[in-house]
Amino acid sequence: MDLAQLYETWKAISVSGGDLTWWQDFFVKFYQAFIEADRWQQYLEGTGTTLVATALALLMGVILGVLVAMVRTAHDQQRPGRRKNPVLGVVNAVFKVYVTVIRGTPMMLQLLIWAFVVFKSRQYTLVGIFGLGINSGAYVSEIIRGGLMAVDGGQMEAGRSLGLNYLDTMRFIVVPQAFKAILPSLGNEFIILLKDTSLLSVISGQELMYFAQAIGTRNYAMMFPLFGAACIYLVLVIIFSWLLGKLERRLRQSDRR
Amino acid sequence: MKAMKKLLAVLLTLGLVFALAACGNNGSENSQTPSQDVTTSEEPAASNEGGSTGDYGEFTTIEEGVLIMSTNAAFPPYEMTTDDGSYEGIDVEIAQAIAEKLGLELQIDNMEFTAALEAAQSGMSDMVMAGVTVNEDRLAVMDFSNTYATGIQVVIVKEGSDVTLDNLGEQLIGVQNGTTGWQFCSDQFGDDHVSAFDNGITAVQALMQDQVDCVVIDQGPAEVFVSENEGLTILETEYAVEDYAIGVAKGNEGLLNAINTALAELQADGIIQSIIDKYITAE
Repeated sequence: MDLAQLYETWKAISVSGGDLTWWQDFFVKFYQAFIEADRWQQYLEGTGTTLVATALALLMGVILGVLVAMVRTAHDQQRPGRRKNPVLGVVNAVFKVYVTVIRGTPMMLQLLIWAFVVFKSRQYTLVGIFGLGINSGAYVSEIIRGGLMAVDGGQMEAGRSLGLNYLDTMRFIVVPQAFKAILPSLGNEFIILLKDTSLLSVISGQELMYFAQAIGTRNYAMMFPLFGAACIYLVLVIIFSWLLGKLERRLRQSDRR
Repeated sequence: MKAMKKLLAVLLTLGLVFALAACGNNGSENSQTPSQDVTTSEEPAASNEGGSTGDYGEFTTIEEGVLIMSTNAAFPPYEMTTDDGSYEGIDVEIAQAIAEKLGLELQIDNMEFTAALEAAQSGMSDMVMAGVTVNEDRLAVMDFSNTYATGIQVVIVKEGSDVTLDNLGEQLIGVQNGTTGWQFCSDQFGDDHVSAFDNGITAVQALMQDQVDCVVIDQGPAEVFVSENEGLTILETEYAVEDYAIGVAKGNEGLLNAINTALAELQADGIIQSIIDKYITAE
């Protein structure tokens, strides 16, 4: 192959201390980072893991987040003076601690603790995804709680006076309104989550950053692998922001103007 | 009161502007790569600016009178942090000796291993000393001094484990991010058999908890890790032998020659050997 020959020639010049023009140098480093030994496949593999990790962590985060937000909203919206449900109180307190601890400690630290103190498992990527999901759940729960609390109290009163019970009012009246309001923040959280998967490399999770660093290690040239990874993250985020934008527009169709 | 607030706001804004301006200045100074310095050092005026002349030829450093060394101080006994936040180790003392020879003050920047390499390449530090080994691919992106120590890659296992060099390919191997150990192992056994961690200590921690079957790392740190952690042992057969060198930005020949000259003198005086002996006691 022509390019390969070109690469070998110029690399030999560079190694023996000769001067390359900047674009020859650029070509050698680019080739080294992406083409030689089919290294682009490693980026793809890493991107795959990154996407799977994001999807699983997001799923876990949303389930956890909805659960926590429901309990906390139900607790906070009890009427003052009314006898409070003791079970709700206890669960609420537990969830409050969960949110405080997870939001109050750095993600990287949490991942290290999950991997080396709690699980001590060899499934580093899975442990990492679990850690991300737990972390995301805390943030998502606060976003959802904010959305639910923001829906005017009159909506709930109207629903209840029409004879719907609490859950039905939530399901048909409050949640749909809240969902539309929190979608931008949820999208934000999703994008942050996608990028935070890069932290999995700290506990040896084999995602995009891990492979980018591995490739950089081979020749001590970090710049091109890092820029490559940056471009991939950026493209992914742009695609997902676009999809989220579409969803938002779709949800707005029923709005009266 | 309102006027006071306004005044305060104006002052704060001005402060911010100046802070940003200062950043800009710094940036342009830093972006002056050493390779450019070398070309300008042909002129006598420029050579006096950030370097010195003498037995070591003309060379320039990023900051006048200072030799900035980037390293990853989690690699005992070559470099490690002390309790008061300074650094010690074989590389640190050799760097100190080189700096003294060159009439410079040594400044150490501690960071991740890969970042330390990148710092030297991009002109944020004058040199990287972190048990760096030379291979051909790496020569394409940076220059290396003559070697000052021999690095041996060894295998740490748990006592009583049946891991040997022959069945290494069936194990999960822990390595340090950015090291040749990582490179060799993933080339030889594939990524599925290798787990890379940010530093050797994390890898050893994983080994202690059976999260990996063995750790491949340089001998110096390996011996420290084994002596600090009970139940670990080093396999007698070496995994690989290589040479440590100092990395500088590509094309910075002035500094490279100065470092090589200083290294040769230190080697002739036996100072390097005595530094190594101080940290690695012969068995």
